[in-house]
Amino acid sequence: MIRSRVWFGPVLVAALATTLVFLTVPVLAIFLETTPAEIIRKLGEEQARDALWLSAQTTGAAMVLILVVGTPAAYLLATRRFRGRAFVITLIELPLVLPPAVAGIALLAAVGPSGLLGRYVEDAGLQLALTTAGVVVALTFVAAPFYLRQAQAAFAAVDGTQVDAARTLGSSEAAAFARVVVPGALPGLAAGGALALGRALGEFGATLMFAGSLQGVTQTVPLAIYDDFATDFDAALALSAVLVIVSAALLLSVKLVRGADAVR
Amino acid sequence: MLSAEARTEIVDAALEVGAGETLALAGPSGAGKTTLLRIIAGLTRPADGRVTVGNDVWLDTAAGVFTAPEERRCGYVFQEHALFGHLNAWRNVAYPLRALPRRARRARALELLDRFGLAARADAPVRELSGGERQRVALARALAVEPAALLLDEPLSALDPRTKAGAARELTMLLASLPDIPVVLVTHDFTDAATLADRVAVMDGGRVVQEGTAAQLAAAPASGFVADFTGAVVLTGTARAGAAGMTVVALDGGGEVQAAGAARGPAAVSVHPWDITLEPAGAAFAGSARNRVVGRVATVTDVGGRVRVAIDAAQPVVAEVTAAAVVELGLAPGVQVAASWKATATRITAR
Repeated sequence: MIRSRVWFGPVLVAALATTLVFLTVPVLAIFLETTPAEIIRKLGEEQARDALWLSAQTTGAAMVLILVVGTPAAYLLATRRFRGRAFVITLIELPLVLPPAVAGIALLAAVGPSGLLGRYVEDAGLQLALTTAGVVVALTFVAAPFYLRQAQAAFAAVDGTQVDAARTLGSSEAAAFARVVVPGALPGLAAGGALALGRALGEFGATLMFAGSLQGVTQTVPLAIYDDFATDFDAALALSAVLVIVSAALLLSVKLVRGADAVR
Repeated sequence: MLSAEARTEIVDAALEVGAGETLALAGPSGAGKTTLLRIIAGLTRPADGRVTVGNDVWLDTAAGVFTAPEERRCGYVFQEHALFGHLNAWRNVAYPLRALPRRARRARALELLDRFGLAARADAPVRELSGGERQRVALARALAVEPAALLLDEPLSALDPRTKAGAARELTMLLASLPDIPVVLVTHDFTDAATLADRVAVMDGGRVVQEGTAAQLAAAPASGFVADFTGAVVLTGTARAGAAGMTVVALDGGGEVQAAGAARGPAAVSVHPWDITLEPAGAAFAGSARNRVVGRVATVTDVGGRVRVAIDAAQPVVAEVTAAAVVELGLAPGVQVAASWKATATRITAR
């Protein structure tokens, strides 16, 4: 027993040290392979600017869709019991575990030009394949489940009698939702939003397959990185650096809201 | 006047509470007390029922009337208070005051908080309020809607025992200071019901099994269940140190009893009816039964094999004896008897 104590501790420390080195060195290398001045210069080039702007637009549009439709949907799932609820939740979570390539194929099969609903989409005047709108659809498809899952948990954690109290204090069900439930669940909703945002920013596979990689139209930052890495490694590094910084900021903000939540 | 009746899978009960009156719905958990409150507030919609307050009909299933809870002006203080954690104390109270202009809202909220001695805590976040403070904020918030009726669900159960006695006293005073509206409170504790309410309705299995003043229920319980539920006889007085570590309590209205516990000043002693024995008033002081109260028999009520005997003394006492003892002692209204019990069967609590 005494001998096991002697070796067990160091083994744990060695395992953690290895993990840390393995996970952080590649990320650090992005910044060590180039200089801040070079990063800024590369980001000024047209392709990088187009990619950054397109990523901001499409991610923003996807987040609006996710928040506007996903918030009430998550509330319903969290507060109402109905037949098939568990099945519905599983269906909604499926894109979480779907390989990105499968997500791309699935979108093509559903709303692509010759897909299941392709005709109706075209009739509605929407062009999805190889368009910016298609990028938004792909981002929404892969990122929405991250938000839905968090939002559902956040709403479920809000005490139901708070809604009852709001009702007796003169609020309709919708007003109670807006004035009591959403503020009460806000830390969880923000965390879910940050996770979905991170997922949407990094989306690669489904976008490439469904919308292609046209500069200024469908080429988001991850696609531009892929496009550059063989020809202009420094540009790829610069764009990667941006994604690392944004991702780190998102992670930090999730931790901060979670921390604030724990104090409440 | 609040009148409510409902028949659901859980409850089958009716109640009436006058303006300015407080009715306690008392009973074990699962008796349907909270369900009845929720039906009155409109949070639960029964298939069959009717709720009216004054001239307003809040619910009449026969006529297809259902007023939404937000339109009832029914004050409801929830068991765990249900304060909004993202708002501070005064914003909780101001929640229902949407119709007022911004500045008037805060002024009105402060006025209500001040009434409960909480003006200094107006800007405190909910998580920094103590249990007693939360309850008062919840009460102030419920009153902000200028309710036509006030409902309180287990107002004392969320408080720890140390603050409970003070909170009970405070709540009694607050209820007395309310505008003339009907008040219904739910409690699982008969003593709480007796101290807080004018009338008590004992519920069991979704039904009101007996209704009356606390003294009436203890003296003449309609069933063994009510008899057990009413629990101890409570006498009030002033405690001082006695001989041999005992405490002597001078009862309000005259008489003295001894108890084993320690207390000084205003105190309440309690004894269970089944620990009290009865004997002819002239009998010699017997055995180790050291406390003795003499009075006239007021009522004799059979409660399924046991008999409740209510005795009019300076403070009413209720004894529970066997049917044989009733015959032996010739117990009937008007007969003079002595009730006695052991000092060790006497519990004493500071008031």
